[in-house]
Amino acid sequence: MLRFILRRLVGMVFVLFAISVLVFLIFNVVPATNPAQRIAGKNATPQLVKSVEEDLGFDKSLPEQYLTQMKLIFTGELESYTTAHENVDERILEGIPATFSLCIGAAIIWLSFGILFGYLSAIRAGKLTDRALTVLSLVGISMPVFWLASIFLYYLTFKVELFPASGYVKLTEDPMEWANHLILPWVTLAVLFIGFYSRVLRSSMLDVMNEDYVRTAKAKGLNNRRVMTRHVLRNSLIPIITLFGLDFGAVLGGGAIVTESIFNIEGVGLYAAEAIAKQDFPPIMAITIFGAFFIVLFNAIVDIAYAYLDPRIRLGTSAA
Amino acid sequence: MSNGGQKLLSVTDLRVGFTTEDGRVQAVDGVSFDLAPGEVLAIVGESGSGKSVTAQTLIGLTRSPNTTIEGSVRLDGEELTELSEPELQRIRGSEIAMIFQDPMTSLNPVYTVGKQIVEAIRAHERSVGKAEGRAKAVELLDSVGIPDAERRVDDYPHEFSGGMRQRAMIAMGLTLEPTILIADEPTTALDVTIQAQILKLIQDLNRSRGLATILITHDLGVVAEVADRVLVMYAGRVVEEGTLEEIFYDPQHPYTWGLLGSLTRLDQPRPERLPQISGSPPSLLHLPKGCPFRPRCPHEFSKCSEYPGLEARLSDSPSHRDRCWLEPEAKRAKRQVEGRIGLEAPAS
Repeated sequence: MLRFILRRLVGMVFVLFAISVLVFLIFNVVPATNPAQRIAGKNATPQLVKSVEEDLGFDKSLPEQYLTQMKLIFTGELESYTTAHENVDERILEGIPATFSLCIGAAIIWLSFGILFGYLSAIRAGKLTDRALTVLSLVGISMPVFWLASIFLYYLTFKVELFPASGYVKLTEDPMEWANHLILPWVTLAVLFIGFYSRVLRSSMLDVMNEDYVRTAKAKGLNNRRVMTRHVLRNSLIPIITLFGLDFGAVLGGGAIVTESIFNIEGVGLYAAEAIAKQDFPPIMAITIFGAFFIVLFNAIVDIAYAYLDPRIRLGTSAA
Repeated sequence: MSNGGQKLLSVTDLRVGFTTEDGRVQAVDGVSFDLAPGEVLAIVGESGSGKSVTAQTLIGLTRSPNTTIEGSVRLDGEELTELSEPELQRIRGSEIAMIFQDPMTSLNPVYTVGKQIVEAIRAHERSVGKAEGRAKAVELLDSVGIPDAERRVDDYPHEFSGGMRQRAMIAMGLTLEPTILIADEPTTALDVTIQAQILKLIQDLNRSRGLATILITHDLGVVAEVADRVLVMYAGRVVEEGTLEEIFYDPQHPYTWGLLGSLTRLDQPRPERLPQISGSPPSLLHLPKGCPFRPRCPHEFSKCSEYPGLEARLSDSPSHRDRCWLEPEAKRAKRQVEGRIGLEAPAS
């Protein structure tokens, strides 16, 4: 098992290297215009363009450019040139507590409700509960985040002042206010995933219910709840874990752009939105790599979780 | 052994219908039989003859909103078809155990074999602790011939071979010392040497524990090894029933001849190709009028447009009953064609 984990981690490093090369090429080589000019901004002085060229290595060969830029990103020296030499890595680090608070909270909500609704839907398949939950899930999937967030803000903070309008309060400053400010963003971010996960779990469980070992479990005289939880649910979780790894990695890495923007949570996603609006390329590049890191990391964690959920995978890897 | 003595299980006019998108399918259409303590009853037939549905219905595994179950299943006088689901759960495993065709897929891949056995014990005896349950599991695995049971109890199903998995399934079925074992094609997915071992095991359990057994199979070779009495099913009905000797030495229904003719025999010259029953079983949605075997039967005649009842047609053996209009003498003459029991060999 340990060897399996180590191999996954080494694989991760290679994938990240490939992603960084790709990101570098997309941002610096593919566009036809002068990269230094773009990075310096529209109204840049010739001196600024010159210093961008020197800092980021645009006067040297491509591999050297790549190395220079990666060195800046990973040593925390990358700067934004349009906003008064602001340090990019510092801004990302500042955004992490807010982004993580948003994403971890939302993930707990969407996993619990997604699994609960999917489970109820599957064990009541075809009945009223199932139909009601199906409609609810489809509504959840169909509502755009920006629309749902606006509706929440309008009715629950403006019309009825149930929640504070926006912003982020640090957990260390005031835990109650932290939660109070995050409830609406959590729900907003979670709704889409709840709908999606409950649909996936429902169909996965309905497949597993036809398995021979479920019939065996019934023939042993187990009660229905035990058959459903221990035998059906447990074997239906693999697709959920797969989805969760991808989705959670993506939102942690700054993917909750819309939610963070509308609720004005100063996290990585909001920083990405600002940078994109200003066409400020260094932060966009750094956040892309930052996001890729979490997606790759959670994919590795998902693989390890598979091995835990299904012993056949465990054996396959130790034998290889 | 047969109808005379006391009855453990008594099935009367069991009918199981499924509502499907294409219409109602009467998978089991009036099946009756008794099972005496310690008896091995074989139910034989092709796929789709209703034998597995019959077996699963006995312990309520076919219950669903789309299923109509009629008739009676009595276990020691208790009517099982009228029991609620929790009451049936009490019966399953503790009174009637069931093992299935494919041991590869019948054990849950994510739990160890031991855990799955302990689960069966604890489903009925909540007071049994984990350690006690594990010890019992080791003992059971040992009793069904799994070597090194103490260590293998913590293995996952995929670490067991097919034969060992079927042994583990049987061990799991035995945990609560049931009075009846239903074995639904227990050897079909196994290779021949393992088949023999599993049959031997079932036979040993039947003898040593007096475990009454219902053996579902399409393989008459298996039946010959272990059964006391045989039911032959076709299109949801019993077409012939009798003792093992009656069915093997004086089969009355042309379908039974066909099944017997499909066996390889060592005491006769080997045919180029094994005889087969031509055609395929009828769709239960569109059963032919009269005898459902008529379209495949080379001996069909005018009377066959009416379905005969299951009756004893031989004066000297009242327990041997069948559904064929042919006179017993005519049957004896016809089935001896080419000096072999069975239908004609396919043109080669």
